[in-house]
Amino acid sequence: MSGHEFVDRLKKQFGDAITTVNLEAIDPWIEVKPEGLLALCRYLRDEPDLRFNMLNCISGVDYFEPDEKKAAKAGFEPHIEVVYHLSSIVHKTTLVLKVMLPRWKDDQPGNLPEVPSVSSIWSTADWHEPETFDLMGVHFSDHPDLRRILCPEDWVGHALRKDYEMPLEYHGIRGR
Amino acid sequence: MATQTDDPRIIEFDVRTDEMLVNMGPQHPSTHGVLRLVLRTDGEIVSEATPHIGYLHRCAEKIGENLTPRQWIPYTDRMDYLAGMNMNLGWSLAVEKLMNLELPEKARHLRVLIAEMNRIASHLVGMGAYGLDLGTFSPFLYAFREREKILDLFEEVCGARLTYSYITVGGATADLPPGWLQKCEAFLDQLRPVIDEYHALLTTNAIFVRRTAGIGVLSAEKAIDYGCTGPVLRGSGVDYDLRRDGEQRYTEMYDGYAFEVIVERDGHYPKDHDYPPVPKTAVLGDCWHRFYVRMLEVMQAMDLVRQAIDRYSMCSGDWGTPVKLTEKLPKGDAYMETECPRGQMGFYIVSNGGSIPLRARARSSSFCNLSVTYDLCRGCLIADVPAIVGSLDIVMGEIDR
Repeated sequence: MSGHEFVDRLKKQFGDAITTVNLEAIDPWIEVKPEGLLALCRYLRDEPDLRFNMLNCISGVDYFEPDEKKAAKAGFEPHIEVVYHLSSIVHKTTLVLKVMLPRWKDDQPGNLPEVPSVSSIWSTADWHEPETFDLMGVHFSDHPDLRRILCPEDWVGHALRKDYEMPLEYHGIRGR
Repeated sequence: MATQTDDPRIIEFDVRTDEMLVNMGPQHPSTHGVLRLVLRTDGEIVSEATPHIGYLHRCAEKIGENLTPRQWIPYTDRMDYLAGMNMNLGWSLAVEKLMNLELPEKARHLRVLIAEMNRIASHLVGMGAYGLDLGTFSPFLYAFREREKILDLFEEVCGARLTYSYITVGGATADLPPGWLQKCEAFLDQLRPVIDEYHALLTTNAIFVRRTAGIGVLSAEKAIDYGCTGPVLRGSGVDYDLRRDGEQRYTEMYDGYAFEVIVERDGHYPKDHDYPPVPKTAVLGDCWHRFYVRMLEVMQAMDLVRQAIDRYSMCSGDWGTPVKLTEKLPKGDAYMETECPRGQMGFYIVSNGGSIPLRARARSSSFCNLSVTYDLCRGCLIADVPAIVGSLDIVMGEIDR
């Protein structure tokens, strides 16, 4: 099945949920709306000729340029991407899904953007989603145990955000 | 939960017990670094084991966003510090994929040679430390004796014994020193008989078999569901190895090399007539199988090193020139997974056209392998917890990054 056929098939099935497709990228990717993510993932995992049964990695990417002078030239609108790398052990194929989110929900700083959790589909997400939450500040709704997994529980902020500022002090330990 | 009275492990029935929380780690010697497990126990039986990680978190990914790819190479060393060469290789390949860089043939064979040597060293530690977990000290010393020789060889190549930064974007930092290949071959000759000693010390040891066979059984479906990779996945009988099934950029390194993926087929491992047979009590996916896959992978890696030595010495020309330290990266993103000793190590690089990436992400194999602990340890004995965690062969530096 060629890339175009595959995309046509998904578009037929999911329609508007699939917004952008880039087949020319180094790793061809499909952009999906957060609302359509779960249905698409379940379909990708369960269809006998697709069987993307392994979720390799969930990564959050913060597209943001903190320097205002450079921001105009950065070539992207500020947003957060959650990238899902899938592979099929049966058919030995790989696939990349991307979900675009605003940096803050409703443009309210401190209000984490939300995306549905895929932990009910792949257990790998049990740990990968808390990690992305901890470091990138993305809220995975319906995750059974979304807590800070690498940083201490009382840590403030999400370290991989581009505008993150290191704390001056943490429990009497000097930061900067 | 040990509430059924037909559980053969319960010998007294009228004793009233409360559940107790036992804290294991983060300084427990058998947790392979700073891993903390909180066990909920009912007498000797563990009803829940929750891993707590993050004690070794060093913000490696954040540092990666502030350095050029070549400058980040030393940080990849410190992820899986037992297999630094494989980490360097994984990141280099990801960056080369983004830059669409082709390597000379000699560089490819050099990389296979070095990466497989590091796999041997890493599995030797895994094996020795697993013996320690189960209360036998001597295999550890035997394993470290041989590993020391590999580290000596690596020291000659790049000057470092643990954090190599040798393989880099565009090739390697230097060629192999003259006379090194002969030393390497002499080492392999001398390692072969030692492997039989390891089998005598551990693989066929009756106590070892009783402690590992049938313990911590991980089904193939669960292994895939949790994203377990490497020996943990193959120990559950899944025939998948990125050196054969991975991306072309990675598999072409192994083009023309003869090797079989180490996985059980119909009760047999490939070429297993030379090795001790699978004990009757062992179940596919248990601790013993995971351990055995690692032992066989040492032999497989030795084979691959020998083939790489032949090919490497037939190549003339360049071993690959490293790119400039501040080389501009093209716009885009690339994800690359390689088969490291502990499983599939993935690196994801996103660039916006500068020489410093927008995002450097490491997908850690031990991170996923450890996440099954909760499932595997449910209902096991307290003494089995180190056996199970040890069989996953985790490195905390890679989990916490």
